Amino acid sequence: MAKSKRKVGDVNASSMADIAFLLLCFFMMVSTMNTDTGLGRMLPPPVPKELQDDTPPIRERNVFEVLINSQNQLLVEGAPMQLRDLKDAAKNFIANPLNLETMPEKEAKEFPFIGVIQVTPKATISLQNDRDTQYQTYLAVQNELQRAYNELRDELSIRVFGSPYNDISTEEQDIVRSVYPQRISEAEPRNVGGGK
Amino acid sequence: MSKFQKDKKRAMPALSTASLPDIVFMLLFFFMVSTSMRDEDLKVRVRNPEATEVTKLEKKTLVTYIFVGVPQQSFQARYGTEPRLQLNDQFATVNDIQSYIVQERESMKENDRPLMTVSIKADYDCPMGIITDVKQALREAQALKISYSARKGDYIASSSGM
Repeated sequence: MAKSKRKVGDVNASSMADIAFLLLCFFMMVSTMNTDTGLGRMLPPPVPKELQDDTPPIRERNVFEVLINSQNQLLVEGAPMQLRDLKDAAKNFIANPLNLETMPEKEAKEFPFIGVIQVTPKATISLQNDRDTQYQTYLAVQNELQRAYNELRDELSIRVFGSPYNDISTEEQDIVRSVYPQRISEAEPRNVGGGK
Repeated sequence: MSKFQKDKKRAMPALSTASLPDIVFMLLFFFMVSTSMRDEDLKVRVRNPEATEVTKLEKKTLVTYIFVGVPQQSFQARYGTEPRLQLNDQFATVNDIQSYIVQERESMKENDRPLMTVSIKADYDCPMGIITDVKQALREAQALKISYSARKGDYIASSSGM
């Protein structure tokens, strides 16, 4: 019974402020306003007017032509195509596994860790859209092309380094990237399918 | 002498710091409420398109935003219903991009300038015409590193038609 009589001393509240400050600082450091996500791209540098017609010709077999009209329909290598088939067509084009005449030229090249393999350094994807193409469709096409590259790089990276492209070191990523360089060129827009 | 002695004896009462946490919390709440995220004062309607291969834009200080979309309902009387650009909280035209980029680049640190990324935040229903114009303007302004802002999602799966 004697115990219950013992008075509880005042709790020192002066450190409460420090705790609150610490919390404040912690949340200020940690909180990132919802980070933006997006599809990264590099634009080609502006071409001086006098050089505009001087671009070196690319052989037809090295170009994978993708057209999008104002009705958001795709024309790939002269034939209509559904968006969901685009990725596999692009993959097939870039890698050219069957070494077809109509697909990009193959060259033997040596890479560190990988050795000599047949690659298609000249493979270029040419993308052209109408001024009335919906942005979402354009982005979906860009996304599919990016996915084709990503999947090819992943496959190679798993085969050679044993883990997906995103998990290997930057040097290894550079090697994989040099096997499948991303070449997407965009032409000046044209009014492919009517519109204004 | 006696006078000073008397003063010294009068003890200063301990300043109560019990209310300090309340003051700090009040500050905390004030800042939490008052910090408005930039996205909220959008003058154009931007509904993000969807993509699967998106990557995060890491450093906020390196990113410059260009918004493209139809003006919000309250601005439609003045600015019409055609898609327009918004740079820095105000409506702009494609011709303003170059000076905007230069100005943004000037405000960056010297060694950050080559890493500058322009994020194009466009409404998914925009026609490509205006976006192509924006891209051409960015090329002219030597702002070549761009990012098409998109949220993660599978557009093809959600629209079975295409």
